[in-house]
Amino acid sequence: MELRNDNENSSLLKSVDWFTIILYLIMVVAGAISIYAATYNFDKAGSMFDFAEFSGKQFVWASLSIFIGFMLLLIDRRMYEAYAYPAYAIMILLLIVTIFIAPDIKGSRSWLVLGPVSLQPAEFAKFATALALAKLFDTYGFALNNWRSYALAGGIIVLPILCIILEKETGSALVYTSLIFVLYREGMSGFVLFAVLCAITYFVVVLKFAAIMIMGIPLGNFIVFIMVMVLTVIMLAMYCRSLFLTRNVLLAYVISALGVWGLSLLDINVNGYVYFFTMITGTVLYLLYGMFREDARKIAFTLAFIGASVIFMFTVDFAFNNVLQPHQQTRIKVTLGIEEDPRGAGYNVNQSKIAIGSGGIMGKGFLNGTQTKLKYVPEQHTDFIFCTIGEEEGFVGSTAVLVIFLALILRIKSIAERQHTRFARVYAYCVASILIFHLSINIGMVIGLCPVIGIPLPFFSYGGSSLWGFTFLLFILLRIDADRKAYGSW
Amino acid sequence: MRKDYNLEKRKYVIGGFIVVLVMIYIARLFVLQVGDSKYKENANSNAFIEKIIYPSRGLIYDRKGRLIVYNQPAYDLVMIPKDVLPFDTVDFCNTLQITRQEFDERMLKMKNSHSYSAYTQQIFMNHLSALDYGRLQEKLYRFPGFFIAQRILRQYNYNVAANVLGDIREVNAKDIENDDYYRPGDLTGDLGVEKSYEKYLRGRKGSEILIRDALGKIQGHYNDGANDVAPIAGNDLHLSIDIELQAFGEELMRGKIGAIVAIEPKTGEILALVSSPSYDPALLVGKERSKNYSELLNNRFKPLFDRSIMGAYPPGSTFKPSQGLIFEQEKVINTSTAYPCHRGFISGGLRVGCHGHGSPITLKPALQTSCNAFFCWGLKHMLDSRSKYGSTSKAFETWKQYMVDFGYGYRLDVDLPGESRGFIPNSQFYDKIYGEDKWISNSIISDAIGQGEILATPLQIANLCATIANRGYYITPHVVKNIVGVGVLKKSVEKHQTRIQREYFEHAVEGMRMAVTGGTCRKGNVPGLDICGKTGTAQNPHGRDHSAFMGFAPMNDPKIAVAVYVENGGFGATFGVPIGSLMIEKYLRGTTTREGLASQMSHTSTYSAKAYGKAEPKKTKTNSESEAAKTE
Repeated sequence: MELRNDNENSSLLKSVDWFTIILYLIMVVAGAISIYAATYNFDKAGSMFDFAEFSGKQFVWASLSIFIGFMLLLIDRRMYEAYAYPAYAIMILLLIVTIFIAPDIKGSRSWLVLGPVSLQPAEFAKFATALALAKLFDTYGFALNNWRSYALAGGIIVLPILCIILEKETGSALVYTSLIFVLYREGMSGFVLFAVLCAITYFVVVLKFAAIMIMGIPLGNFIVFIMVMVLTVIMLAMYCRSLFLTRNVLLAYVISALGVWGLSLLDINVNGYVYFFTMITGTVLYLLYGMFREDARKIAFTLAFIGASVIFMFTVDFAFNNVLQPHQQTRIKVTLGIEEDPRGAGYNVNQSKIAIGSGGIMGKGFLNGTQTKLKYVPEQHTDFIFCTIGEEEGFVGSTAVLVIFLALILRIKSIAERQHTRFARVYAYCVASILIFHLSINIGMVIGLCPVIGIPLPFFSYGGSSLWGFTFLLFILLRIDADRKAYGSW
Repeated sequence: MRKDYNLEKRKYVIGGFIVVLVMIYIARLFVLQVGDSKYKENANSNAFIEKIIYPSRGLIYDRKGRLIVYNQPAYDLVMIPKDVLPFDTVDFCNTLQITRQEFDERMLKMKNSHSYSAYTQQIFMNHLSALDYGRLQEKLYRFPGFFIAQRILRQYNYNVAANVLGDIREVNAKDIENDDYYRPGDLTGDLGVEKSYEKYLRGRKGSEILIRDALGKIQGHYNDGANDVAPIAGNDLHLSIDIELQAFGEELMRGKIGAIVAIEPKTGEILALVSSPSYDPALLVGKERSKNYSELLNNRFKPLFDRSIMGAYPPGSTFKPSQGLIFEQEKVINTSTAYPCHRGFISGGLRVGCHGHGSPITLKPALQTSCNAFFCWGLKHMLDSRSKYGSTSKAFETWKQYMVDFGYGYRLDVDLPGESRGFIPNSQFYDKIYGEDKWISNSIISDAIGQGEILATPLQIANLCATIANRGYYITPHVVKNIVGVGVLKKSVEKHQTRIQREYFEHAVEGMRMAVTGGTCRKGNVPGLDICGKTGTAQNPHGRDHSAFMGFAPMNDPKIAVAVYVENGGFGATFGVPIGSLMIEKYLRGTTTREGLASQMSHTSTYSAKAYGKAEPKKTKTNSESEAAKTE
């Protein structure tokens, strides 16, 4: 490995990724302007730079964050590598301390109050976690092919999640789950992503169709049973590649289904649980026999999938009713359209959709939005800031914001792929994953596609901690990237 | 770095995920903003309006079921400035019978108000008269953006017990932050039981979800009312206060500063809780509230300060029975122990004065005559018993623990806000003053007679009296007997047992009985009532001695325990004994045979009426005023 000796500052200017910096500046400025618009009051119109207003405060946060960003660029990349673990340890400690000393602010214990300023350590733990994960993967010989390495990587991710859950900021804690993308990119079995996808689908289907009954069982469970059967057939065909087993199982399913249908014509109704349990048990027994004929390991895997699916399906109801808080249950039900709640959770989303919808193609114009001002949309300058953009700048403006985010995330992805070290690549993917999560959940919530989870829209939402947290994430990446040529391949 | 091309392909999965997600979101935005006109219409009509329906606040009754506090609706004319369309101002002014100038002034005042917002409900005019309300109701449709908001006003059947009842006020920003239930404009309890039982009294707000069309007209209930929630009325309270006894006590305390507390010993129920000077609770209702409130707040005699539970005073000689009990339990004395008293306690150059009575003297006569020397000697012997306790400070800690058992030094946890804990010093306290182990019994001897550093609230004094009446235990004193629909709170039946034997209490009771039959409390001897009592005359740095008394009756089946404290009233026998015995007589017999004494008490002032300021004359005025409002 060879280090560069030429004039560092001038080459830094040349090698830093200006495209990302420009996107960053556009978003921070647009964010501050949106906050001004969101909190603008017709009667008491103040200057955007009035420090008594949210926009003035955000202006200060933004200016400082740009300054911090450029300071971060001046720190040698080796420092980031060397201090990755210490930084992580300090942040975890800070998170734990916060649980005990933070005042209770609307049920959350996540704010450290330092005189006039309140900071949320959870926002700063993101870059530290990303650095620690990057450092771990950079360890010589580390690979996601044994339980120990999974446990280490998982531990680094789960530790801050536990701390933040104890601070009662479930939304911020969930952000860390997005790091599963990083694990995936670095060699985790793709089957985990498939399992997560299945789990989400089962969860939604079981809850959404819990009220309709078919064959004496809830439609949700009925659909999941059929999905499990179809997926079993597909796995036997594509994964186990056993034409013999596939054919027999498929035939058994089709014939039995026709049989049940035939019986129903004769007014003999078969109970759903009886039918499906017979089929599943039959399949399991048959596959156990099949293990002697075909690839035993792959069939065992298929059996595990069937078992896990059925168990998961029956725990969804229990988990939903006993693990989640009532307000979280309501938010999910509202998103799934099971329940209307125009007063609570539904109120926010409904008003937010009205605000965005009323924007039309071109929007109502800067400061002309009526829905997002003060009354109808709550949290309009923090988590629901996208509403203001939707209402005042219309489809054009809100699409533009989405496109800028897409450009930024794709850019970070390509930065990641051009790195020569695993440390840099993993870190870059961490940044991309965290941004993906925030973008998808925040905007998804505002447009009514996700349950309401209170996390900010990066660079736009009001708040110093969030803005600084993302600035740290991004500018550390930019510095690491600027030095990439100095770190050759081995 | 070795490249793993198989894994590198996964970048397409991640990239593809985000591209597809953004495309889905853009499609969704397209549907919301371009495709579906429903949202645009909704935005114009604002779709839902949530209208809050306020529950009626719980009523308050006294222990005999007499209604003390009830609700009366009042009407405010409110507006949402943004929704106001051009209207006929002349018609508007005529309907309300105000001049155009007045109208402009009100608009200006509203706009300059601190909490003004064009989007939220603003009060244009509050407390409309029934007549104005009727006239306006018919014409309201002509003035879009204006509507009438109903609120409740508290009404009082008796103009007493303001310190117990408290009042209600509009919530402030802090209340809203602390409790999600509140929204701007809601009412909350401010003092007294209105505050401490707020959660029961307020009930549960209901709401209606209405649909409004583009013209601002209400179209009806959303979802045919399926999402509406009916309000739940607040729980009524039954106080343990006897409102007649309370009124009698306030009357007796007229012109004096101080407090009376009366407790039913067996139950811990507070029968009367008088703080003087007092004020009419009706002063803090409606239009005049803020003006009256600041007057009361600035009054030099602090009528808002509830002396019965917040005032911490030297208990003086009312403290002595507790000392006798401790000394007996600790075997420092027995009933035949006699101490010398030659006009005072004289020890090592220290002298605590006393008055003429026989010497040497034993416990019961010492209580009867309120001998200072006896109790000073007792405490001295206790603290100096090194062989028993090891050190003065350990002996003192033992002493302190007994006082804590009696309910001194900590809040009794009465169900009213702002209770003071009084003060009982511990060894560390004296270590700080004199230096560690540098103090001896003589340094702190005046604690034995309720002077020195000792402070107690009148409630604590009354509670001690109740403990003696019960021969050894007390129930946490409380003013609310029952919350209708909820029942009795657990802490209101909590029994606190002292560690002193019952027979010693009998000695203290006999001493207190002797004080009434032939001692310092002679003035309070009402034949047939078997009153037991103890006077207190407390020196203080604010001028004349405070006059204090505690007593209970009947001796063998106590129904009432009373403490009286009159600031700068002189001897305990001057005000304390007469007022205390009158309270006992009134409660036990329902009336008093000593009209002359009662009238003498209520017409004697310990300060000049001129200095009293403005609170006094108001007191008589408001009831007739509210009568006038009702008839209008």
